[in-house]
Amino acid sequence: MDKISKTVNVIGEAVARYVNEMGRMLLLLIDIIRWSFYPPFRVDLLYQQMERVGVKSALVVVLTGIFTGMVLALQSFHATRKFGAETLVGVTVALSMTRELGPVLTSFMVTGRAGSAMAAEIGSMRITEQIDALFAMAINPIKYLIVPRVLASIIVVPILTAIADFVGIVGGYFMGVTILKINAGAFVANMEKYVELNDIYHGIIKSAVFGLILSVVGCYKGYTATGGAEGVGKATTESVVLAAIVILMANYLLTAAMF
Amino acid sequence: MIEITGLHKSFGEQKVLTGVDLQIPARKSTVILGRSGVGKSVLLKHIIGLVRPDRGRILIDGVDITKLGDTEINEMRKRFGMLFQDAALFDSMTVGANVAFPLYEHTNLKEKEIARIVAQKLEQVGLPGEEGKMPAQLSGGMKRRVGLARALALDPEIVLFDEPTAGLDPPMAEAIEELITQTQQDLGRTFVVITHSIHTAFHVGHKIAMLHEGKIIEEGSPRAFRKSLNPVVQAFLTPGEGKEEQA
Ligand SMILES: Nc1ncnc2c1ncn2[C@@H]1O[C@H](COP(=O)(O)OP(=O)(O)OP(=O)(O)O)[C@@H](O)[C@H]1O
Ligand SMILES: [Mg+2]
Repeated sequence: MDKISKTVNVIGEAVARYVNEMGRMLLLLIDIIRWSFYPPFRVDLLYQQMERVGVKSALVVVLTGIFTGMVLALQSFHATRKFGAETLVGVTVALSMTRELGPVLTSFMVTGRAGSAMAAEIGSMRITEQIDALFAMAINPIKYLIVPRVLASIIVVPILTAIADFVGIVGGYFMGVTILKINAGAFVANMEKYVELNDIYHGIIKSAVFGLILSVVGCYKGYTATGGAEGVGKATTESVVLAAIVILMANYLLTAAMF
Repeated sequence: MIEITGLHKSFGEQKVLTGVDLQIPARKSTVILGRSGVGKSVLLKHIIGLVRPDRGRILIDGVDITKLGDTEINEMRKRFGMLFQDAALFDSMTVGANVAFPLYEHTNLKEKEIARIVAQKLEQVGLPGEEGKMPAQLSGGMKRRVGLARALALDPEIVLFDEPTAGLDPPMAEAIEELITQTQQDLGRTFVVITHSIHTAFHVGHKIAMLHEGKIIEEGSPRAFRKSLNPVVQAFLTPGEGKEEQA
């Protein structure tokens, strides 16, 4: 009995902490939105962050796209061959990439590269009083540090997702047509026939939301970091895990709502 | 004129400030002395609204900053400059960009004019031509001097200095004290200087106050302060004991 109530307590506390954290993140998000519309608009900072997020993540996103496209082709080839429907491999690859794996895997990679960097940078600024210094110099750190990172992620993650979709399909084509010898004409024709622009749009919209999530989580974790260098390390790892979980939950909700 | 009355601040169980009363006169240098960990930095951060008190008032020219909202306090901060204890330089920016930062953000000065001011400020703190270095390449004392240059870049009305001379060799400490005294005299600004160093205190202060166990236990002109009968003050002033002790 005692053990059970203890377990319940522990779980309860964890849930409470989680809900609390979500609430705080929501408050930060409201602040971010408020400051985004508050002039002056810092295009210089936005551009700088877009470059950083993009450059940091481009290579890993391309690699992820290629190999995912290839493995999708391989897997669906084995499945479809049983019904003699190998020419559907292209569609399978394209739909999986554009609707699910492109957005999700891209945002995971960006989380690992850029989202974690946001947590680390802002966290170290927090513990070395650079955030306080910004306040003291009459610069709001949410506007100066966080808004450009969040906007940049919302813009860049969809672009990276489009790149991942494209190289994924190229990887699938290479695997299917060049290696597995599926008929190239049928491969492409089926893909054109069954993949709609909407599939691509939905994936891109999802990825914009994921960009928002990963940057808000990264910035939140950094902004609230305490406890010296160790605390910054902890904030960084936590930001990656939390962003990944929230992205997966959002992915489910958005998919359920859109398709 | 800054008037602090009945300032209380605790962090959890730990009571740091327990009723600080202090008047900081305008256009003068006021020094706050106190042992390490007594709450000097916390007190200084209250003055610029970085820490909110549990109780008490801080009037700046009659306006209670503890009651101000975000945007109002932001406006108020434009009148301030602050040197943080560990300088708090932006480590993603060069030394030059750090000093230029407040100028870029709050003035419409041309690039060239900003560069000129930055060069001049760096010269004043004994770091001429170091614009291109990154903060990570600097020693603690050098960082502090860059922080000083940044705090003074806008020639603000009120400047808060948290340990401006800690970690500097005696000639450099002397030079910084001289710079603070000179700047204060030339521009007639309100300076608040936190320090451990008796030397710095008497060199720059028009008024000296001592923070001890959460309260100001003594304050007055340097001359009056030196004659204080308070045993804690006397212990602090006695050479050899905690004199040039550094954090
Ligand atoms: N944000 C905070 N959260 C919790 N405790 C704090 C915080 N800031 C300061 N303290 C505590 O308040 C006390 C006073 O700190 P403060 O930094 O003001 O000391 P100080 O007088 O400036 O010391 P030093 O001369 O060593 O810089 C310390 O015990 C410190 O641990
Ligand atoms: Mg201090």
